[in-house]
Amino acid sequence: MSSTAHKESLSPSNQSQGKDSACCLCSLPLLSSSIGRKWIVAGTGILLVLFVIGHLLGNLTIFPGPDWINAYAEHLQSLGPFLWVIRLILLTIVGLHITCTILLWHENRIANPKKYAVENTLKTTIYARSMRLTGLVFIAFVIFHLAHLTWQGFNPETRTWVDAEGRHDVYRMLIAAFSNPFISAFYILSVGLLAMHLSHGIASLFQTLGLTSAKLRPLFERGGRIVAWIIFAGYASIPLAVLLGILRYPHASACSFCH
Amino acid sequence: MNFHLQLWRQKSADTPGKFESVEAKEITPDCSFLEMLDIVNNRLVAAGKEPVAFESDCREGICGTCSIVINGIPQGPDRGAACQVYMRKFKDGETIFVEPFRAGAFPILKDLIVNRSAYERIMRAGGFISEHTGGAPDASAILISKPVADAAMDAAACIGCGACAAACPNSSAMLFVGAKVTHLNLLPQGKPEAKKRARAMVRAMDEEGFGNCSNYYACEAVCPAAVNASVIAKLNRDYIAGEISEAVGAID
Repeated sequence: MSSTAHKESLSPSNQSQGKDSACCLCSLPLLSSSIGRKWIVAGTGILLVLFVIGHLLGNLTIFPGPDWINAYAEHLQSLGPFLWVIRLILLTIVGLHITCTILLWHENRIANPKKYAVENTLKTTIYARSMRLTGLVFIAFVIFHLAHLTWQGFNPETRTWVDAEGRHDVYRMLIAAFSNPFISAFYILSVGLLAMHLSHGIASLFQTLGLTSAKLRPLFERGGRIVAWIIFAGYASIPLAVLLGILRYPHASACSFCH
Repeated sequence: MNFHLQLWRQKSADTPGKFESVEAKEITPDCSFLEMLDIVNNRLVAAGKEPVAFESDCREGICGTCSIVINGIPQGPDRGAACQVYMRKFKDGETIFVEPFRAGAFPILKDLIVNRSAYERIMRAGGFISEHTGGAPDASAILISKPVADAAMDAAACIGCGACAAACPNSSAMLFVGAKVTHLNLLPQGKPEAKKRARAMVRAMDEEGFGNCSNYYACEAVCPAAVNASVIAKLNRDYIAGEISEAVGAID
């Protein structure tokens, strides 16, 4: 392209016009552009989905019994300073995911100042339309969840609970927590919102990263929704199992393989 | 057939607009939507009132000039441009809302007419190929496989009407830019400038004040040319490749 129009469009002064470019990092065309920011949301989204799956696999160790989940928790804690490195990385990922989304949302509001008289959602799913709501409510849940089970701020006596091998008795703490139907209901509702968020998010990130085609997109959309609700089933199974008495303290396994 | 129209009336870009109730009486079902507006306008003029301003050109669904929003749907119900909507599509006595495209980057000029020059400026940034002048090359000189030719042709079907940005809750122009980038970047004539084109057109799109794609696919639902949103995935790919190659100083 040798036209003057092309030169104009590639001049550096135009690169981040109309965008907030407070820090030097955000003034990079990649990060200040609409697609660049969406890539950050999608990239951090992948990492968060992987975390959610990893966290779920860890949680499911409650089913084989206290020995498994207490050992798993002890193992995590034994990472020591490395655990804090992981936590800081996670916090950065969450921060980037939210910051870029807020920037995009802010720009979208300016770009579309007036709605139509007759609302028409056309092809847009309820999952896609509720992304901000489900995301925000879920982040409030995460803060509650950390205060509840990581800092154990609501029931400080659970910190002193230890099992026969002297490990922190996470199993007993979880059974005590989920025996409260309100806590269980809140957890199930929250992971339901997460599943809604992922129902759009998983398929959407493939599109944003440019990994879809006309043929693949419906598969990603269906697959993403299935993965999202499998994650929901996994997470919801724990409070449900406690409420239904399948998981009890002291441990009495209904499964003969675990004995 | 009789209809209650709610027409958007706005004198100019700077004045606020509002809906005005206009009765469209004794309209034949075979009337197109634009013909119905013509009849309504004739009656308004006969009554000494100001006719409603709207655009149209080909009236056969290929130019995209008649860009209006009928009952919240850019280009009206069904696939195709607004001029291809017929009054038999509506119920007798129905209230029909007629509005201009609403997007910050498409300022309203008058009533139902918006300024869509933003799309032209995006095209100027990279929606072309640099070609030597002279006689037309032989058609057989450059080989293009059938699937590539088909995909490029599907994207080239875009008429630049603006319905995608008008339908998008974020007023994003990604389907339009994606269609143009896909059309040119797939073909051998457009490939040498593929990365530059994606970079330049996305930057121009951002500068015009269009929003960001949230993968809602409302654009795909209203596109009169049935452009598939897979062109947006192609645009995302080519744009990032373009930005990275520029950032690392690679020659593209």
